[in-house]
Amino acid sequence: MLRINQVDKTFNRGTVNEKKALISLSLELKDGDFVTVIGGNGSGKTTMLNAVAGALTIDSGSIHIDDADVSSLPEYKRAPYIGRVFQDPMMGTAAGMNIEENLALAGRRGQRRGLSWGISQAERDSFRSELKTLNLGLEDRLSSKAGLLSGGQRQALTLLMATMKCPKLLLLDEHTAALDPKTARTVLQLTKTLVQRHSLTTLMVTHNLKDAIALGNRLVMFYEGQVIIDLEGTEKAQLTVEKLLAMFENIGSLDVVEDGLLLS
Amino acid sequence: MLLNFKNLLDQLPGALVQGMIWGVLAIGVSITYKILDVADLTVDGSFCTGGAVFVVLLTRGSNLWLAMAGALLAGMLAGLVTGLFHVSFHISALLAGILTQLALWAVNLIIMGKPNLALSVRNYDLLVSLRYLQDVVKGDRPFYASPLVVLALFIAAVIGLLYWFFGTELGMAIRATGSNIQMAKAQGINTRLTKVLGLMLSNGLVALSGAILTQYQGFADINMGRGAIIIGLAAVIIGEALFSRIFRNFALRLTSAVIGSAIYFSVIQTILWMRLDANYLKLLTALLVAVFLAIPHWRESLRALPFKRNGA
Repeated sequence: MLRINQVDKTFNRGTVNEKKALISLSLELKDGDFVTVIGGNGSGKTTMLNAVAGALTIDSGSIHIDDADVSSLPEYKRAPYIGRVFQDPMMGTAAGMNIEENLALAGRRGQRRGLSWGISQAERDSFRSELKTLNLGLEDRLSSKAGLLSGGQRQALTLLMATMKCPKLLLLDEHTAALDPKTARTVLQLTKTLVQRHSLTTLMVTHNLKDAIALGNRLVMFYEGQVIIDLEGTEKAQLTVEKLLAMFENIGSLDVVEDGLLLS
Repeated sequence: MLLNFKNLLDQLPGALVQGMIWGVLAIGVSITYKILDVADLTVDGSFCTGGAVFVVLLTRGSNLWLAMAGALLAGMLAGLVTGLFHVSFHISALLAGILTQLALWAVNLIIMGKPNLALSVRNYDLLVSLRYLQDVVKGDRPFYASPLVVLALFIAAVIGLLYWFFGTELGMAIRATGSNIQMAKAQGINTRLTKVLGLMLSNGLVALSGAILTQYQGFADINMGRGAIIIGLAAVIIGEALFSRIFRNFALRLTSAVIGSAIYFSVIQTILWMRLDANYLKLLTALLVAVFLAIPHWRESLRALPFKRNGA
């Protein structure tokens, strides 16, 4: 499904600020995998997501989605394959446009945009019923500007936009980190529902160990630009925070836990 | 020296017509400034390009509407150049516009062959002319030949077309690019293309505005676009400051830029009537734009004041 092969990425090469973000990173996802990604600050998780999405170019290696080599495609040409939700709730929606316009833009991801009307009545009806499933009352606010929504509402809307075209790959970049705990739980629950409903292959970066353990069928941990822990199946199912911490200790990298990972 | 109030009233229709002509430019400017979120300085050059192309085409025997279409296309070409400077040469939009503006000064001279080209209203049927405005007052022409009526219809058509276009898939993609470029890319929008298209559309309208002013005043001049971007911004900002709370609809917002332009020219006319030296106008305009740009921020800080007092 997704094949990241020997990918390197160095920022500010040749300067004092040189930072090797990804070092010969390889990671392969099977169809329907829901992989949670953890790791300290600067361990390369977000760089990996951005490399897959095409938001930044890689130095070497290759990235395949299904059989298509997307390594050198610009971001907008990868968009048909990929749904994305960002950490910053402001980033996923156009604040100056209506809820329905945002949804309609997402509904045309991967299609040629011509001179036919931007939203059809049929779409409007389907948006209304989709929004109803969110239970946030957004179905009555189709013509409200997305900028008026709360952070949680915007993330929920972005999730809907990211998943509505059933992308081959869903990339979630700490998409609950900027939300209060209660809203974060709601958005996470919604994530679970939407991923299951469309059986989406998903990469979810998170700072929250409990979430990383509770969700998905596979967990990988990044450390200094590489994957150092990769658990799936029963191993993943039986994982607890304590076991995970013990593993870190064995690797001698407990420092990364203190370095920004949340245990609660 | 007594100020003759009747003089001012007599001059107001002219100021309104000027305001409407520059209102077309203001609509173009609002596409870049409000929709694409870019200040595009190409405008100072493409305004004159429109006038120049129009005069040259018309005096060489082209039909009025073909000459207008020629001006529109020339303006779009200017926008294309700025767009390519921006997205392909990776020059900031502001600098790209300044580069094109500079280049257009030479291009405009080449098109016209000399710095000033006259257009006699006696030899051609024009869309609008200062003469027509006077004729209607004297009763020599029917009211619907008045530039006020013609321009109102023309602007209504332009706004109608833009309202349609920005509701289409492509138009919505351009709006998304200006509103949140990150999101636009994530939704598969080729933001390089949408930026270039927006700049082309904007400068096409600006050139059209230049072509209309040329008809109204009876000549095209190499300096006619100097400061045009500031006048356009003034119109957009005045319109927004006054109407942004009432006008939510997209078409009404474009209309508010035209009204802003009409207000701007009425104020200028009043200042001239007060016998202020016309040379100070540009200074006044610059200050006016600066103040109107600051108003929303001042309003914010004023609103925050009581909280600060309570907290202290």
